Amino acid sequence: MRRKISLLVNPTTCDGRGLCAELFPERIGMDPWGYPIVAGEDIPPGLLDHAERATLSCPRMALHLIERRV
Amino acid sequence: MNGPSHRDPPPGEALPRLLAGLGPDGGTLAIGEHLARWGVPDLRAARTDLVDRLEASGLLGHGGAAFPVATKWRSVGAGSRRRPVVVANGAEGEPASAKDALLLARSPHLVLDGASLAGVALGASRVVVYVPERLVPGVRRAVHDRHHHRLDPVGIEVVGAPDRFIAGQETAVVNALNGSPAVPSFAGLQSIRSRGVGGQPTLVHNVETLAHVALIARFGARWFGTLGTAQFPGTTLLTVTGRYERPMVVEAPLGAPLREVLQLSSGAKDEYAGALLGGYGGTWVSVGTLLDLELSETSARQHQAVLGPGVVVLLPRSVCPLAEVARVTRYLQEQGAGQCGPCVHGLEALAHQMGALAFHPKALRGRIDQVLELCGLVEGRGACRHPDGATRLVRSACSVFADEVARHLRHGPCQLSSKPAFLPLPAPRAVHSGRQAVRVS
Repeated sequence: MRRKISLLVNPTTCDGRGLCAELFPERIGMDPWGYPIVAGEDIPPGLLDHAERATLSCPRMALHLIERRV
Repeated sequence: MNGPSHRDPPPGEALPRLLAGLGPDGGTLAIGEHLARWGVPDLRAARTDLVDRLEASGLLGHGGAAFPVATKWRSVGAGSRRRPVVVANGAEGEPASAKDALLLARSPHLVLDGASLAGVALGASRVVVYVPERLVPGVRRAVHDRHHHRLDPVGIEVVGAPDRFIAGQETAVVNALNGSPAVPSFAGLQSIRSRGVGGQPTLVHNVETLAHVALIARFGARWFGTLGTAQFPGTTLLTVTGRYERPMVVEAPLGAPLREVLQLSSGAKDEYAGALLGGYGGTWVSVGTLLDLELSETSARQHQAVLGPGVVVLLPRSVCPLAEVARVTRYLQEQGAGQCGPCVHGLEALAHQMGALAFHPKALRGRIDQVLELCGLVEGRGACRHPDGATRLVRSACSVFADEVARHLRHGPCQLSSKPAFLPLPAPRAVHSGRQAVRVS
């Protein structure tokens, strides 16, 4: 068993402000309309700080860090 | 009660089962006729062994996802102290589907039996039937007729659903019953099975699924498997368009060859351009594939198709498939809830491109790859599966109708593109005026 941490966008609250892509470009890209595209499922420990910062900075609180045990 | 005694061989071992007692046209099967045919359901037994019976029967949901019913029941309210809510979902926003409306209008007591049985088995505090507004009076009447037979320990509430494609999506149903607009929520964070209607654990079942439950509760899992195959027991309702003079609801055993169910010969290839399975968020298949399919979600998936809620449309060669797809893609775009950016913008772009491909293909400058790229941008990025359904429709169309696509790109729109629409679209929102949906109900 290990922890698996992934990013989840709630598409109903997200309105494409773009902060997350700016703060966490390692994993978050943008589609042609400015909405985030999350790449890769598992976030390695070395990137967790960035992921958390992006999550906390979302003005719509649309970005979530989800922890699962696999 | 004047139902059959349990020593009689149970009815329903031959087709039709859910549609038994219904003529091609006519009225509602009254409660007296219903009980005379099927007997009285054993509500007390439902409390103890119905979920085991359902598990043994192998019953899958008939709303489109084909999820095992017993698994769903066991997960509702697991770990919660609150009593659940049972919802019979008859919203059926899919324009090419009529089977749920048919059941509710003609044989509502099977659905209501199933809803009450589920309510008793799960110890529900509320049982709600959610149906299109036009069906509300008939279903209310049916609920009223049942009162003195004591078939519903928890009073059944009948609630109207808006006529909207996504109104029957599970989280949209819960939102509607909670007094919010009937649009989906993001299910990624919390399941309605733990918190749904009124914050209670909630079981939402398609009405056909509940009708099967009503019969399995009476006659058991072995009886259920007397129709269908060992791997796919039971029967299913299909709404078939394009095969007969008007859309028809048929009941067929699962696992049966679709060519037999639809009475097709290999000559069908000359008659039809292709077939749409699973509804407007479903998949196109070639007639060759259609002739090879067996009636099950598993067989459909092996051919990259879906059966979904049992929609089968045979598209005649006399219409332009790309024009049909363009109109339906536009319809799906219009029917979006407008909540999720990728769906709002993506389906708009997709509808625009498919419109171009059908009616002024020169605008695409010979490039179809951008349509498929667009599909990739949209998939999996909505709160619900609405955008994924639209891309499934478009992707499968581009593959099954590859010849037509190439011809349009090379020579411009075909002569058939300007013909009236074949696929039914609700009139007020249809982009092109054309043939109206013929409702079976």
